[in-house]
Amino acid sequence: MCPDQLDPEIIKRDFPIFKRRVYGKPLIYLDNAATTQRPRQVIEAILEFYENYNANVHRGVYRLSVEATEAFENARAKVAKFINAKDSEIVFTKNATEALNLVAYSWGLSNLKKGDRILLTEMEHHSNIVPWQIIAKYTGAVIDYIPFDEEGLLIKEEIDRLLNLGPKIVSITHASNVLGTINNVKEIVEKAHKVGAIAVVDAAQSVPHMPVDVKEIGCDFLAFSGHKALGPLGVGVLYGKRDLLEEMNPFLGGGDMISRVYLSSAEWNELPWKFEAGTSSVADVIGLGAAIDYLNSIGMDKVRAHEVKLTEYALKRLSEVPDIKIYGPRDLDKRGAVISFNLHTIHPHDLATILDEEGIAIRAGHHCAMPLMSKLGVAATARASFYIYNSESDIDALIEGIYKARRIFNL
Amino acid sequence: MTSEFYRDRIIDYYRNPRNYGSIDDAEIKVHESNLLCGDDIELYIKLDEEKKVKDIKFKGRGCAISVASASIMTELLKGKKIDELLTFTKKELVDALGIETLGLNPSRIKCALLPYKALKIGVYNFLGKEIGEEKEYLLDYEAEESL
Repeated sequence: MCPDQLDPEIIKRDFPIFKRRVYGKPLIYLDNAATTQRPRQVIEAILEFYENYNANVHRGVYRLSVEATEAFENARAKVAKFINAKDSEIVFTKNATEALNLVAYSWGLSNLKKGDRILLTEMEHHSNIVPWQIIAKYTGAVIDYIPFDEEGLLIKEEIDRLLNLGPKIVSITHASNVLGTINNVKEIVEKAHKVGAIAVVDAAQSVPHMPVDVKEIGCDFLAFSGHKALGPLGVGVLYGKRDLLEEMNPFLGGGDMISRVYLSSAEWNELPWKFEAGTSSVADVIGLGAAIDYLNSIGMDKVRAHEVKLTEYALKRLSEVPDIKIYGPRDLDKRGAVISFNLHTIHPHDLATILDEEGIAIRAGHHCAMPLMSKLGVAATARASFYIYNSESDIDALIEGIYKARRIFNL
Repeated sequence: MTSEFYRDRIIDYYRNPRNYGSIDDAEIKVHESNLLCGDDIELYIKLDEEKKVKDIKFKGRGCAISVASASIMTELLKGKKIDELLTFTKKELVDALGIETLGLNPSRIKCALLPYKALKIGVYNFLGKEIGEEKEYLLDYEAEESL
């Protein structure tokens, strides 16, 4: 074993779920773009919170609350360091969707007016389309979409043309959850800033899989979910530049986000708590901290290298299957470990059901990206997405399952 | 086990759907989708003077389960009276499909019942219009009788 590569078989031992069997077969989990599994270390961090220092944060003067607050803020520091931000620029939300909604509502409602333009891409997840549609309705702003080409890459001339229309805000996905495309967000952010636009990056599919540095990208906001990065369900992260967060109105009102409340008004708390109304999912935030420790112990460069290797192998094996249509870029530098495909006349749901019987979990459907599906001219695709515990043998099992489906459908 | 419902019969109905197409002068026309997977079905029912199903056709795109289910449903309902379409149950359709429902996970049962949902919406709306109802009827799918 080459020391600069990770060994998925060793990693797998940290994940209790792989002990279980599905229909008597080992679990082969290939739906990591939807959510990942959790290592023992994350589950134990949550358990430890509830068993040893369960208390609300930022309130009590007693020992337990102090410990809970320390662990909670310590997790924030880990997240901040992980993406090269300051602690005060990290806002915990429920998920990436809520983080994007926060920007749309808090920034959008105050800064957009009739006729202003919002620039998105055709490959966005619904979470980076629908909030903007709602805000566009409230404000009278209009939305433009950057199209992608046959390979699933954003069309450069269109990026420039649409930016020249002078959007106020540009919100783009770093990595597509369907096509796998990794967009050159640094370049788009630079261009967006040149025309005076605010730049938002949906990093739900990138932060878990590759080194992401918000200073390097230069974006104003960046959103991701903890549960797609080995963390627990229920915690998302919004990074925002301090000066922007300062001038924005709160998204949700309530406890913890205020410094003083009168019957007629209230003053907001400091950053980042101004955006964290009510009791947070404390144990899960601490769990996310443990997930980041786990990823750091491997190294994000190694995570990315492993996924590139797996994707290369998967693309090669899948391409050998007759009648298969694979979506997304072929250039490994331009894609993540997400592969969408269709198999002739076998509907993705039928394929997923047949694979399920083999203990293989893949996603079938529109992947919360219906405009993208329309563009591809399909109602649904099958999607396999990989992570650190997946190995080439998982891909071999997937290919075998696909051949089984072909036999059942007499292909 | 799941592959049991991908029997030759289901695959045959999928490959060679029965009563596939549309009917221009149908009294009942419905377009229904399964939001989970984007599958959709258009169902057409032509009634005769006695309000019996003279012809019934469907078209659309879907998985093997939903297409086979639509095929089988159209076969079952040809010649039936409109009252019988009203009383037609999910269980009758699933039994006719011959699939072991217990082995099917809930999201796939929805595939099998997409044509059923279209049928019920179509029939209720048709009958509603006959008595002068203007409101479109939307079937409360989950609240309908269970299997």
